[in-house]
Amino acid sequence: MEVISTLSIWFIPIIIGIVLVYGTWKRVPTYETFVEGGKEGFHIAISIIPYLVGMLVSIGVFRASGALDALIDMLRPLLSLVGVPAEIVPQALIRPLSGNGALGMMSDILKNEGPDSFIGMLSSTLQGATDTTLYIVTVYFGAIGIKNVGDSLKVGFLADFVGIVAAIVIVTLMYG
Amino acid sequence: MINYIWVGMFVIGLVYAAITGHMEEVNEAIFKYAKEGVTLCFGLIFILVFWLGIMKIAEVAGLLNKLAMGFKPLLKKLFPEVPENHPAMGYILSNTIANLFGLGNAATPMGIKAMEQLKKLNHNRPEASRSMITLLALNTSSLTLIPTTVIAIRMKYGSAHPTDIVGTTLIATTATTVAALLIDRYFYHRRQKKNKYK
Repeated sequence: MEVISTLSIWFIPIIIGIVLVYGTWKRVPTYETFVEGGKEGFHIAISIIPYLVGMLVSIGVFRASGALDALIDMLRPLLSLVGVPAEIVPQALIRPLSGNGALGMMSDILKNEGPDSFIGMLSSTLQGATDTTLYIVTVYFGAIGIKNVGDSLKVGFLADFVGIVAAIVIVTLMYG
Repeated sequence: MINYIWVGMFVIGLVYAAITGHMEEVNEAIFKYAKEGVTLCFGLIFILVFWLGIMKIAEVAGLLNKLAMGFKPLLKKLFPEVPENHPAMGYILSNTIANLFGLGNAATPMGIKAMEQLKKLNHNRPEASRSMITLLALNTSSLTLIPTTVIAIRMKYGSAHPTDIVGTTLIATTATTVAALLIDRYFYHRRQKKNKYK
């Protein structure tokens, strides 16, 4: 574990060092090239704004109206029937839609139930098991102007479902 | 599909709020989340500018191509439509490595650059190509060695073993990634079949 966390701290600085030295060695006009790439980055960040604003407002309306909570309450008895703890349901459902929302719910669970409790372990694992499909589709495809996303959402959401199930099964086996 | 999900969340939310009397909260949420969308993008500017600047140097110097060459056999299997030594491969690899180390901030710019290259390969058509969906599947399943954010939050709430979740997360995320790639393949073959009978 020590090794991994040290590695992750050193990773970025080392990469930057390698790129700069290698670029200089290959006689790339480093600073001008950096600025050129940076401009592209700026343009991308600005071009994503409408995609994210649209998606976040839609999710926000869905949540604030109480419809999301109602959906969760409806699914709760069904899910607890197959061994899914009720406390985890909101986080599992929001995970593919809103990363920050899920992170907020995880913080809430860790605060109230304790990070080392069964639910705390499950909540932590769930957060790391999948990523926010809707956000990734919005940002990646928004940045390059893809209008027809094809099967992307189906693939992403199905994978999220597998991730949720995997997290529950593994944590139950190891700590349940 | 994204259109239906988008409108669906809106309409269900609005109708539900009208019935249960939560219109005030909804009204507030509209402006709060619109603002958050902009704030989020502004929060991305610094990292996109910096990383894409550095990566541009790596690209021009030929470093990305070198990197991609080492993993050619694996990438070739996952992305059969991308020609060897294409710059897309280098970006895909950088994106995956950044994800592995839990560097979500660094992964996003590389992922976007990879998508841009894949779009060029797809003759700039405004639709998601097979390779794009595969890259997306790789990203949404988030293969991670160290979930840094989660560990940090666990520490904040006084966990005695904040890194205990590394093992469970690794198993879960590996299972998810394998599943994501299989699901991606399944949908690809389904599309192929459909096209045949058209």
